[in-house]
Amino acid sequence: MELVLAIFIGLLYACGVYLLLRRSIVKLILGVFVLSNATNLVIFLAGGITRSGISILQDEVVVDKSNITDPLPQALILTAIVIGLGIAAYTLALKYKYYKVTGTDDLDRLKNTDQR
Amino acid sequence: MHQLLPYLLTSLLVVGLATPLLEKKLKYRTGVFLSVIPLSFFLYFLWVFTSLGKTESLIIPPIMELVRGGGLSVRLDGLSVLFGLMVSGIGVLVLFYASAYMRKYPRQGYFFMLLTFFMGAMLGMVLTNNLIALFIFWELTSVFSFLLIGFDNHLEKARKAALQGFLITAFGGLCLLFGVLLIGDIAGTYEISELLNKGELITSHTRYPLIFLFLVLAVFTKSAQFPFHFWLPGAMNAPTPVSAYLHSATMVNAGVFLLLRVNPFIGDTLLWDSVLPLFGSITMFTGALLAFGEKDLKRILAFTTISALGIMVLLAGIDTTKSIKAALVFFVVHGLYKGALFMIAGLIDKTTGTRDIDRLGQLWKPLGLVSFAALLSFFSMAGLPPMLGFIGKELIYGAKMQAAYFSNIILVFGILSNMLMVGISFYVFYQVFWPYRRVKKKVAIDGHYARSFLLSFGPVILAAFSLGLGLAPVRIGKYLQNAIYFIRAEEVAVDLGLWHGVNAVLILSIITVGGGILLFIFRKQVAFNVARFNNWLNKFYLPDVFDKVIKNYVKVASRQTDRIQHGYHRYYLITFFVITSLLVVVHLFANSGIAPELQLQPIKSYLLILFIVMAFAAGYAIFSSSRIAAILALGIVGYGIGLVYLFFGAVDLAITQFLVETLVMVIFVLVIYKLPVFAVFSSKASRVRDIFIALLAGGMMGMVVLKSNFFNVETPISDYFINNSLNLAHGKNIVNVILVDFRALDTMGEITVLALAAAGVVALLRLNIKKRENE
Repeated sequence: MELVLAIFIGLLYACGVYLLLRRSIVKLILGVFVLSNATNLVIFLAGGITRSGISILQDEVVVDKSNITDPLPQALILTAIVIGLGIAAYTLALKYKYYKVTGTDDLDRLKNTDQR
Repeated sequence: MHQLLPYLLTSLLVVGLATPLLEKKLKYRTGVFLSVIPLSFFLYFLWVFTSLGKTESLIIPPIMELVRGGGLSVRLDGLSVLFGLMVSGIGVLVLFYASAYMRKYPRQGYFFMLLTFFMGAMLGMVLTNNLIALFIFWELTSVFSFLLIGFDNHLEKARKAALQGFLITAFGGLCLLFGVLLIGDIAGTYEISELLNKGELITSHTRYPLIFLFLVLAVFTKSAQFPFHFWLPGAMNAPTPVSAYLHSATMVNAGVFLLLRVNPFIGDTLLWDSVLPLFGSITMFTGALLAFGEKDLKRILAFTTISALGIMVLLAGIDTTKSIKAALVFFVVHGLYKGALFMIAGLIDKTTGTRDIDRLGQLWKPLGLVSFAALLSFFSMAGLPPMLGFIGKELIYGAKMQAAYFSNIILVFGILSNMLMVGISFYVFYQVFWPYRRVKKKVAIDGHYARSFLLSFGPVILAAFSLGLGLAPVRIGKYLQNAIYFIRAEEVAVDLGLWHGVNAVLILSIITVGGGILLFIFRKQVAFNVARFNNWLNKFYLPDVFDKVIKNYVKVASRQTDRIQHGYHRYYLITFFVITSLLVVVHLFANSGIAPELQLQPIKSYLLILFIVMAFAAGYAIFSSSRIAAILALGIVGYGIGLVYLFFGAVDLAITQFLVETLVMVIFVLVIYKLPVFAVFSSKASRVRDIFIALLAGGMMGMVVLKSNFFNVETPISDYFINNSLNLAHGKNIVNVILVDFRALDTMGEITVLALAAAGVVALLRLNIKKRENE
C-alpha cells in the first residue's frame, strides 16, 4: 500500500513538473493544477495511511481515537483545494487576457515587460 | 548657552531647506544674508576658544540617541573649536564671495541650500563627541560635496568628477564605519571623551592593525593622499566658491581632523608612526611637483592643496608634541592662504575669462587691493616672513627633524617640496600679476568684476589674517595649548614667534628659499619638464584607470546578472527542481536509507486498479495533443483522488474535491476554445531532458512520502480537536468544526483569497488592453 501510494504520488509530481517545464502557458497552468492535487494528497497521507472511520462524532462521551481519521490534515486540505480553485480560475483568466493581447502562447516571448 | 549647540546644528537643516524660498525674495543677497549664521557660530567659537581653560573641555550630552551609544553629543575643546573657527570663519567669507560669484547662475537657492547643509555637516563633524555621529556627518560631507562639485550638472566633466570624488570618499566613509564599529566593539563606547584613556586597550588589541587600516583608508581618501589623490584636481570643476571652501578649510581637512581626533587612542604605535609619514611624504612631494606642470590656476592650487594635505598627514604621523603643534598651525596657515588664493583665482576667471597662467599677465594694477592680498597669500604659501606661513614652515622643519623613522629622508623630501612651493608661488605670481612681464596679447578685463566688493572682500580679509597672525602669533599660540593637551595628553606652553635666533631650522629655511628662487629662475625648463613628466604620467592617468575599473565592474556585474537572470522561466524551474531533488535525495540517503523498516500493508485490489487508471490518465494528459482530452484525463485524476479521500474516510474532502474538480473542468472547457491549440515549441531533446528532470523530482517526492510515513515526531495536535469538538464547539463533524470554529480566522483568509481571485478574474476580463498595431 505505502509503496503504491509513494509511486503514484511520485508519478503525479513528475507529470506536474513536466507540464511546468513546457513553453506553452496552457500546459503550465495544467501543471500547477496537477501539482496542487498531488500536494494535497501528500498532506493527507502524512496524517497516517491507516484506513479508519469518518471523522464525525457520535453521541458517545468517550471517543475512540483509533476509529477516526485525523481531522486536522483534512481541514488544511479542504482550504487548499478551494484555494486551488481560485488559482486555477485566476490563472486561466490571466492567460485568456494575455493571449488576446499578445496572440502567443509561448513563454519565451514573455521575457520582456514590453509588448513585442 | 552651550546646551543649545546640538539644536543649533540641527536647525541648520531647516535653514538650509528654507534657502530656496529666501532666494526668491533676496536674489543674490541670499549669500550675504545667510552669512549671519556662520558669523554667529564664529563669534561663539571665538568666545569659547578664549574662555576655555588649558586642560578644559566641555561635553554636551546628546538630545537623543540615533543608535545605542550613538547620539549627537557635542565636544568643545581646543581641536574642535579651532576647526570650528576655520569652518565658520571661511564660511562667512565664502558666502559673501558666492553671492557675487553665483549671480548669473541658475538655481542659486539650491546652491546656497547645499552650501548651508555642507557647512552644517562639517560643523557637526568637528564638534561631535561621538564616533557614530562623526561617521554620519563625515558621509554627509561626502554627499553634499558630491552635489556641490557636480553643481554644473549639464557638464559631463563636472558630473564625472563629482561621481569620482563621491565614490572614493564614500568608500573611505564605509571604511571609517568599520573602523568605528571595531573601536566601539573593543572599547565598549563611542564617546570620544571616554575613549581618550582607552588608548592602551585599543592599540594592544589584536585587531588594532585592522582598525588602523580602515581609519587610514578613510583619511587617505578624504584628504586626497597618494594613491587616492586624483579625485581632488577633478573636483576643480566645481564653481570656485565651492573649491575655495572645500579645499581650504573643510572637506579635505576632515581626514586630518580625524587623525588628530583619534590620535590619543589610536596613535603612537609603530604602524601609525611609519605608515602616515611615508604616505604623507609621498603625497607632499608629488603634489608640489605636479603643480609645477599645470597651467590652469585652479588646478595648480589643487595640486598644492594635495601637497599641503600630505604635510598635515605627515605631521600627524610623526606624532610628537611639536609636530602636532605644527600640524595645527599649518592647518590655519593653509586654510587662510588657500581660501584667499582660490577666491582670487575665481575673481581672475570672472574678470578675464581665463585661468591659464600663460595667457594671464600684468594684473597687478587692474586688480589693486586683490593683487596685494594675492602677494601676501603667495608669501604665506611660500613660507616667507612675516607671514603666518613662515612660522608654520619653521615648525614643520622642527617637527620633521623629530620623526621617529627615516627622518632624514622626510627632511630631504620636505625641503624639496617646500622649494617647489616657493618656486610655484613666485612663478604663478610673476606670470599673473607682475606688471613688467612681457605678454603677447593682453587679456581683456571686465572692470565690473575686478572692482566687485563682494568678490574681493574674502581674499583681502584672509590675507590680512595671514599677515596679522604672522606678526602677532601669540594671539593664536596661546589657544593651541588646549588642543595639544587633548591630542598628546601633555600640557605645553605654545609660544609662536617669527624669530627664534639662528638655528638649524632657520638655515633650512634659507636653503629652501634659495632653492625656490633657483627653481623660479629656471621656471620655464622646470615647468616644461614637469609637464612632460605629467604627459608621461597621464598614460597611467588615474581618473581614467578609475573610470575603467568602475565600467568593467558594472559590465561584469551585468553579464553575470544576465547569466543568472536569463529570463527563461523553465531554466529557473529546472535549476530549482534539480538542486532541490538532489539535496533532498542525498539527505534522505544520508539518514539511514530510504525506508529502513518497511512494514507494508496489503492493498485492496480495487484501489490498485484505481491507481493504475489514474496513472494512465495522468500520463495521457501530459502527452496528449488534444486540449479537451488532456483536461478530461486530468479530471479522471482529480475524481480518482476524491475517491482515495473517500476510501480513507475523509468525507468532507471527497465532496469538496468532486465539486472543485467539476468546477475547474467547466472553467477549463469554457476558456479552452478561446485559447490556442497545444503548440509544440520544444525540441525532442529538450523534452527528453524534461522527462528526466520530472522523474527526478517525482522520485524525490515519492521517497519523501515513503519516509514520512515512518515519522511521527510529536503527538499530533489533532487529539485536542477530537476531544474538544463536541464539548467546546458543540459540533460533531470535527473537520467542519476546525474550519469554522477553531481555525475560523484561516477560513476567513481563504474566503478573502477566493473573493480576491474572483475580483481579479472579473477585472481581467473587463480590462481592455489594445493590441499594438506594429506587431
